[in-house]
Amino acid sequence: MTMIFGVPLAVFMGQLTLGLVNGAFYALLSLGLAVIFGLLKIVNFAHGAQYMLGAFAALLGFRYLGINYWLALILVPLVVGGFGMLMERFLLRRIAHLDHLYGLLLTFGLALIFEGTLVNFFGVSGARYATPEVLQGGLNLGFMFLPTYRAWVLVAALAMCLFTWFMIERTRLGAYLRAGTENSELMQAFGVNVPLLITLTYGFGVALAAFAGVLAAPLYPVSPTMGSSLLIVVFAVVVIGGMGSIMGAILTGLGMGVIEGLTKVYYPEASNTVIFLVMILVLMLRPAGLFGKEA
Amino acid sequence: MNTAEAYETNEFADSQTSEMLRVKDLHAFYGESHILHGVNFDVKRGELVTLLGRNGAGRSTTLKSIMNMVGRRTGSIVINGNETLRMKPHHIPRLGIGYCPEERGIFASLDVHENLLLPPTVRSGGMSLDEIYSMFPNLYERRKSQGTRLSGGEQQMLAMARILRTGARLLLLDEITEGLAPVIVQKLGEVLMQLKERGMTIVLVEQNFRFAAPLADRHFVMDHGQIVEEISAAQLPSRREHLNTMLGV
Repeated sequence: MTMIFGVPLAVFMGQLTLGLVNGAFYALLSLGLAVIFGLLKIVNFAHGAQYMLGAFAALLGFRYLGINYWLALILVPLVVGGFGMLMERFLLRRIAHLDHLYGLLLTFGLALIFEGTLVNFFGVSGARYATPEVLQGGLNLGFMFLPTYRAWVLVAALAMCLFTWFMIERTRLGAYLRAGTENSELMQAFGVNVPLLITLTYGFGVALAAFAGVLAAPLYPVSPTMGSSLLIVVFAVVVIGGMGSIMGAILTGLGMGVIEGLTKVYYPEASNTVIFLVMILVLMLRPAGLFGKEA
Repeated sequence: MNTAEAYETNEFADSQTSEMLRVKDLHAFYGESHILHGVNFDVKRGELVTLLGRNGAGRSTTLKSIMNMVGRRTGSIVINGNETLRMKPHHIPRLGIGYCPEERGIFASLDVHENLLLPPTVRSGGMSLDEIYSMFPNLYERRKSQGTRLSGGEQQMLAMARILRTGARLLLLDEITEGLAPVIVQKLGEVLMQLKERGMTIVLVEQNFRFAAPLADRHFVMDHGQIVEEISAAQLPSRREHLNTMLGV
C-alpha cells in the first residue's frame, strides 16, 4: 500500500477531502463576515445562527412544504437573506451611529434568541436531512473513495465564492461596495443610496451563510447549536486571513480546512486547536492578517 | 404630481431662474460645536465664485453643509429652485451637483478607470469618457493604476474628472490647488476656464488667491462662520491690499 509519511494514501486523501470540505464552509462563512464587516463595521455574531437558520429552513421546508434540496438551495438563501435585511433595517440601523461594539452585542443577543427558540421547539439532538438521491454514493478513484456529496459541496461552495469575488471585484455594484467600505460619506455625496447599499450588503452576507447552511444540512446533524461552535473557528479564520481581501478570505478558509484535516491524520489531539495556534502565530508576526492591509 | 411632470417643472425652473444656489441664514453644527453662524450668499447660473478666508473660517463646512454632510443644519439652501434642507444626502447630488472634497477622496481599492466611472450619472449631458480623457491625457495613460498610486496632481485631476462625467451643472470644489506644483495649478486653471465656457456654475473654496483671482466673477470672504464681504471681479484691483491683510497672506 502507498504510504505518505507513514500514513496510508487512502486515509491521507480522505482527510484531505474532509479538510477541503470544511475549508469550503470556512471560506463561505468568513467571506460573508468580511463583506459585512467591511461596510457596516460590525462583527456579525449572528452569522453562525444565520447559517443554522439556513440548514433549519431547508429541513423544515422539506418536512412541511415538500421543498426539495435543489429548490431549497435557491429559496433558503433568499428567504433567510431577506430576513437578514429586515434585521438590518429595523434593528442594526437604529444603533449604526453608536460604537460598533453595540452591533456585536445586538447580533450576539439575536443569535442566542434564534438558537434558544429553536432549542425550545426541536431540542438539541439534531435531525437528519437526506442527501439528494443523485448525490448519494461515491466514486472509487482507485487510490481513495470520494463521496459524491462531499465533492458536490466543494464544487458548489467554490463556485459561490468565485461568484461573490466576481460580483465584488468586477461589477459596478461591487465597485460601490468597495468604495463604500472606504468612504461611505463621499459615496452619499455622489448620490449613492448608502443606507440601501448597507441593507443589501447585510442581506447578501446573511444569504451566503444560509447557502452554507443548506449545503451543510445533509452532512452534519441539523441542530440549533450547529452554528455557534463553527462560528468561533470561522472568526479565527477571519483573523488569520485579515479583513482586506475577498480572495484572501477564500484562500485562508480553504487552507485552514486543509491544515485542520491533515492535523487529524498526523496528530489528532491537536486537530481542534491547530487553527487557533495558527491564529496566535499570525497575530504575533502579521497582526493585520495574511491578506489584510497594514493600517 | 407624477414624476414626468415633476421633471418638466424642474426643467422649467432651470430655464427660468438665473439663480443656481441661494444660501440663507445657514447655521451648521458638528455635535455641540456651532460652526456656521448665519451664512448668506447666492450664485448665479454660469458664475464662478470663490469662498475665501483663513483656515477654520467655515468655507469647507459651507460646502459640506450644502451636501448635507454635517451633523445638523438650520436656515435655507435652495438649489435650482429646490429647498434642500430636509433632503436626504444622496438626493442632493441628483439635483445636478458635483462635489470634490478637500482630501480628494480617491478610492484605493479601485483603479483609475473604476474611480472615474464610480459616481452615478445625475443628469444627462455630462462629458463623455473620450472628452474627459482628452482633457486629462495623464489619466488615460494611468487608467489601470490603483487610484491612490497616482501623484497628488493626478489624483486631483481624477477627483475633478469623475464629477464631470455625471452631468453635474453645479460644481463645489474644495481647495483643489492645495499642495500642487505650479504647472499643475496652471493646468487646473485652464480646466476651470473650459468648464466655465461650457456653462458650468462653480463654487471654489480656495487659499491660493492668485489662482482664483483671474477666474472668478465674485469673491465671498468668510470669517468666523459668516460671509463678511462680497467683492466683484471689477472691485478686486482696488481691494487687493485690504484682502491680503484679511486673509493673512
